[in-house]
Amino acid sequence: MSIDNSTVKKVAKLARIKIDPKEEHNLKCELNNILEWVDKLQKVDTKNTEPMLSVSNEPMPLREDNVTSKIENDQILSNAPEKKAGFFVVPKVVE
Amino acid sequence: MEYFIEGKTGNWELVLGLEVHAQISANSKLFSGASTDWGADPNCQVELVDSGMPGALPVINKHCIDQAILTGISLNAEINKKSIFDRKNYFYPDLPQGYQISQFEFPIVGKGHLNIEIDGGKKSIGITRLHLEQDAGKSLHDQDIDNSFIDLNRSGCALMEIVSEPDMSSPQEAAEYVKKLRNILRFIGTCDGNMEKGNLRADVNVSVRKKGDELGTRCEIKNVNSIKFIQQAIEFEAKRQVDLIEKGEKIIQETRLFDPSNFETRSMRSKEESHDYRYFPDPDLPPLVLNEEDIEKLRLKLPELPDQKKSRFIEEFRISAYDAEILVTEKYVADFFEQIVKGRDPKIVISWLTVELFSYLKKKNISLEESKIDPKKISSLIDLIISNKISNRQAKEILDEYLETDVNADTFIEKKGLVQISNESEIEGLVEKVLMENPKMLEQYKSGKEKLFGFFVGQVMKLSNGKANPKMVNETLKRKLSP
Amino acid sequence: MTDFSKLNITSALLGLKNKDFKSVELTEYFINQIDKKDSLNCFITKTFDKAIDMAKRSDEKITKNQELGLLEGIPIGMKDLFCTKDIRTTAGSKILNSFIPFYESTVSKNLWDSGAVLLGKTNMDEFAMGSANTTSFFGNVINPLKSKNNDKDLVPGGSSGGSASSVAAGLCLAATGSDTGGSIRQPASFCGLVGLKPTYGRCSRFGMVAFASSLDQAGPISLTVEDSARMLQSMVSYDSKDSTSSKKKIENFLNYKKYDLKGKKIGVPKEYLIDGLNAEIKKAWDLGISWFKSVGSEIVEVSLPNTDSALPTYYIIAPAEASANLARYDGIRYGFRAEEKSDLTQLYEETRAQGFGKEVKRRLMIGTYVLSAGYYDAYYLKALKVRKLISDDFLKAFKKCDLILTPTTPNVAFPIGEKQTDPIEMYLNDVLTVPASLAGLPAISVSASLNSDSLPIGLQIIGKPFEESSILSAASVIEDSRGF
Repeated sequence: MSIDNSTVKKVAKLARIKIDPKEEHNLKCELNNILEWVDKLQKVDTKNTEPMLSVSNEPMPLREDNVTSKIENDQILSNAPEKKAGFFVVPKVVE
Repeated sequence: MEYFIEGKTGNWELVLGLEVHAQISANSKLFSGASTDWGADPNCQVELVDSGMPGALPVINKHCIDQAILTGISLNAEINKKSIFDRKNYFYPDLPQGYQISQFEFPIVGKGHLNIEIDGGKKSIGITRLHLEQDAGKSLHDQDIDNSFIDLNRSGCALMEIVSEPDMSSPQEAAEYVKKLRNILRFIGTCDGNMEKGNLRADVNVSVRKKGDELGTRCEIKNVNSIKFIQQAIEFEAKRQVDLIEKGEKIIQETRLFDPSNFETRSMRSKEESHDYRYFPDPDLPPLVLNEEDIEKLRLKLPELPDQKKSRFIEEFRISAYDAEILVTEKYVADFFEQIVKGRDPKIVISWLTVELFSYLKKKNISLEESKIDPKKISSLIDLIISNKISNRQAKEILDEYLETDVNADTFIEKKGLVQISNESEIEGLVEKVLMENPKMLEQYKSGKEKLFGFFVGQVMKLSNGKANPKMVNETLKRKLSP
Repeated sequence: MTDFSKLNITSALLGLKNKDFKSVELTEYFINQIDKKDSLNCFITKTFDKAIDMAKRSDEKITKNQELGLLEGIPIGMKDLFCTKDIRTTAGSKILNSFIPFYESTVSKNLWDSGAVLLGKTNMDEFAMGSANTTSFFGNVINPLKSKNNDKDLVPGGSSGGSASSVAAGLCLAATGSDTGGSIRQPASFCGLVGLKPTYGRCSRFGMVAFASSLDQAGPISLTVEDSARMLQSMVSYDSKDSTSSKKKIENFLNYKKYDLKGKKIGVPKEYLIDGLNAEIKKAWDLGISWFKSVGSEIVEVSLPNTDSALPTYYIIAPAEASANLARYDGIRYGFRAEEKSDLTQLYEETRAQGFGKEVKRRLMIGTYVLSAGYYDAYYLKALKVRKLISDDFLKAFKKCDLILTPTTPNVAFPIGEKQTDPIEMYLNDVLTVPASLAGLPAISVSASLNSDSLPIGLQIIGKPFEESSILSAASVIEDSRGF
């Protein structure tokens, strides 16, 4: 499987990373090299193998339904690049 | 009644499926110890996970798992012994992690069904699945011209997404389905069903086809938050699709938004881009494994469901199916009924509850629950009627005024001087006085004009200022007038 | 007067206990050394004032004969991947350049509770993605060691390069690292140190900036095996804030010598004799085998047949997880935000294009691609299945042996600038460390010998799950036998 410029654009869009058109070709080649390299997994026989979904064999721990949070508004907003009246601020979203 | 849309080329039938998002009633969020209370100041109920802070990790709330299982059981559904949490990846300002923790391939609850009543008959609607997921935060778009504001208080609250099969074929069926589902959730207490607060909302999948044809392309109307809007949105959307197809155009599979101000649906620009959610198992959470024992324990804890309660009411109180259905439509009403029916005639109780009290509530445009009326207020009034202290008519007349006070019925009628005259000699005195004062009428009656009986009753009641026990007045008059 | 440059944790603790010197003096010494060797670029953020405060507190405890922590008064470096309350935490990235957490990671909290003194946050590859510490936004780290045959600056390895380099250069007594595919073991090997990656789930991941959640594990980088055990003991805990944290009983790692190597079976996997394995490293491996024989261990050949699939598997799974883990860096709630923000899409795309470095972006692209519609089964799901095969290989091998002995890296530390043009060549650094990461097994790297350039060669010991004491004990065999 090999990817073309439009795939690079599509993936960059999904990952929300702006790609300089000048970099596009280089990136495409790099990604293709890596994909070609990982492609050798296709030769491994996994017909009777279940995917490994978890490293641990221990059950999922369960939390009691208690309110334990002590975090305050000014802490949550303390690193925000832009904030107003207790909110995070982003450019207007059109739905 | 079959529902269809009349087009230029013939009749079109609707295929409808619903995805209902129900916020689980819980103190804390699905994966964090932040509060879920409604109405807090912005960004005051936000844990690290809920704001996607670096190094934050999710830990699941056991109560939310139990609630999902209870809901699954009440939807006659399979509970999956092993389920997996996945990350659903997309960028949006109110989705702080950049992904939503949800369940994709292996949900906690599998196939089930739910029965609705439609046109006097029953219809079974298939449930495809129920899964647990995090709610997103809130974007406020109208506070500022250039910016949107983000509040993460709702971010991470537990949601159940309940997906139906495309088994519904009319707006009424969709409405009945949501009503029934909402009612079940409220009965078992897993969701408060409050659609105004957005604690219950539906995505509606709509497609149209000619009878017998294959399924048409569907559109999804997102986040409809009232039963009336669900019906309106379906009506508009189905009509739009029929018009398009008949014009020779194609339906584009897309996400649409319902605008209640003009009853229209429109394409959502922000979701235009093709979805590629890149689901994969969340490595922060091991698989959720349930054992039969725990599921059985929950099954035993399951409260009576609406259908069960209805059957019991019919059996226990000998009331009609129609009345029982009205009572179980709201858990609060059913409980209210049970509190006042004890030791009283169910027919009188039902009539007072579903006719008199409901019409009062309708005038005030509030629900029984919102009215905060104490069941004892109604039961004490009914007791006065049963014991002939006041007449049914008197009771009806004073009801509105009485409900506005905070006293019980005894005190109220005493204050009003409304106690019914049920003393035999007193009533006899009244009757005799009326007969004496109307000799001409009495003569006419005796000569065969028996219609005048009512006239005498009226006169006695008037004389007593309406306080005389009408039943006794009737009896006494009959006795006096008989030859 | 004690020569502070000759100290390790164990000897420093003894000196503190005997009141030969104070923690403040020790801390001042290291502060001085850090300033002197600033050119190595080991630290992103220095916390000298805090260090002195912490040292004073330890001194007070020592003076008052109060109960002391396992690391009371010991100055350490903290990889800048661990969130530290009120102290900038960058993960080596521009996108977190200004991020100041209001919470503490569990691992760092455990260390402070043990009395450790924080000198600063150590440099690292951006988001732990790299094997040479050249991807950091804050510049590359230089290995204090040099070839005796030329004067070129060498890489310290990565991604915990700042941690390894600072310990090797004598800027702190030990440092924390994190290991996703070899990020503790490989730099420890390049810098002649002991680096231990515990069993997955042994150290809490709470508050550790995530790279690949199913692989990330914190662990120590130290001068000696005993120091490693002591650091590990302080770092581990069951943590209810991490759903993958293990509830298994935590043994006393300081008793590691009780694990007797005599009669134990040391597995040597033939598949680790890879094409690119440096001849001198092969020789060191053989030497290691002979040392275990001489303490009475039995050497058995084992097979890990899917070894050559490990690296491609890793380079699908790790970027895929990273593509989701790094989605939160969007310039909205914290961190860098681009100036260009006429609309939301631009805000996202510019912030992430400018905020992430080249290698991170490359991996995010790969990770996004392998999860995307139509490719998930061929790449991601396939990788999860092969991961299972690799994990099963180890299970089978551990039926035949107690421990597995391999080299840590195919090559020794290389000059800065080399092996960076081709990503795959860079990825090959991890070829011997990645399999144990995929299987979640504990593994340690310990320096075994020096090559002809006098650069250190590390050997790796892989153990059964939660048997950290066994790998510590085996590492001490090498430490005791190597003769330096």
